[in-house]
Amino acid sequence: MKKSLLPFAIFVILIPVFIIGLTKDPRQLPSPFIDEPAPEFSLPSLTEPEKTVSSSDYAGQYALINVWATWCVGCRQEHNFLMQLSRSQDVPIYGINWRDNRDEALRWLQALGDPYVASGFDADGRVGIDWGVYGAPETFLVSADGVVLHKHLGPLDATAWERDFVPKIGGGS
Amino acid sequence: MRAVLLSLLLFLSWSAFAIDTDKAFDDPELQARYEEITEEVRCLKCQNQSIKDSNAFLASDLRREIRRMLEEGKSNDEIYDFLVARYGEFALYRPRMSGKTLVLWIAPILLLLLGGGVLVNIIRRRMNMPLEEDLQESNNP
Repeated sequence: MKKSLLPFAIFVILIPVFIIGLTKDPRQLPSPFIDEPAPEFSLPSLTEPEKTVSSSDYAGQYALINVWATWCVGCRQEHNFLMQLSRSQDVPIYGINWRDNRDEALRWLQALGDPYVASGFDADGRVGIDWGVYGAPETFLVSADGVVLHKHLGPLDATAWERDFVPKIGGGS
Repeated sequence: MRAVLLSLLLFLSWSAFAIDTDKAFDDPELQARYEEITEEVRCLKCQNQSIKDSNAFLASDLRREIRRMLEEGKSNDEIYDFLVARYGEFALYRPRMSGKTLVLWIAPILLLLLGGGVLVNIIRRRMNMPLEEDLQESNNP
């Protein structure tokens, strides 16, 4: 009779595996860029089209790269928090305005405030692909030596900020 | 009635639902590779669709990049490398064999061997058991 317990034992072992599986969001994909050099980019500035915004603008300091668009509901949700962050001036925030309409994006910044040091205007999504972006908002934390330390998917809030970003900014290089 | 039906049929133009509306390659070989690759790549915005089937703009952006790379003469592997470097192995419906994906490839074979072993074991044991008819025969001489 001992042998017939084996399938049951396997089942019991599998239960926690399935429970853990259920709590994971299959949309939250791990980024292959974590602990790797951040992709470089160079884009026309959203607010001043004749200027460029590029990855060299934030070289040598911690920076947040926030991928946003006016069609993105999550971006609206996190906007107030980004404004707070920009006021605290801990880390400069650079925007990648992804697949958006320039007029609408400018109106958005005018109406809601502009938390970004600068936003690059990525009209055709080319830079988004280089950063492995698949759904705005996405926020990358890049270290002073240009390494991606963390990627946050979805709206950023104070909880995620304290938990995932602050320790990495404090303890890093 | 027939005229009404026929005119209704005119509205059933399935080709109008085509997703990838970009122009086909002039070279049929490139077109074939393009179709092969776009079918292999997962649309990450709309998981469980390939970028060939999806009309999400991310899928059309990726199709555009693949088209560009094909035109530049890149090989299929170079194109897959490009995508995996940015989106991870998950972007491919058939992730390539590597340290990270080894378990995906090995597990089905292991499970099949395990199940086969159990099956053989059960069959062997049953073969050694007396058949029910034999039992009945011995009971009713």
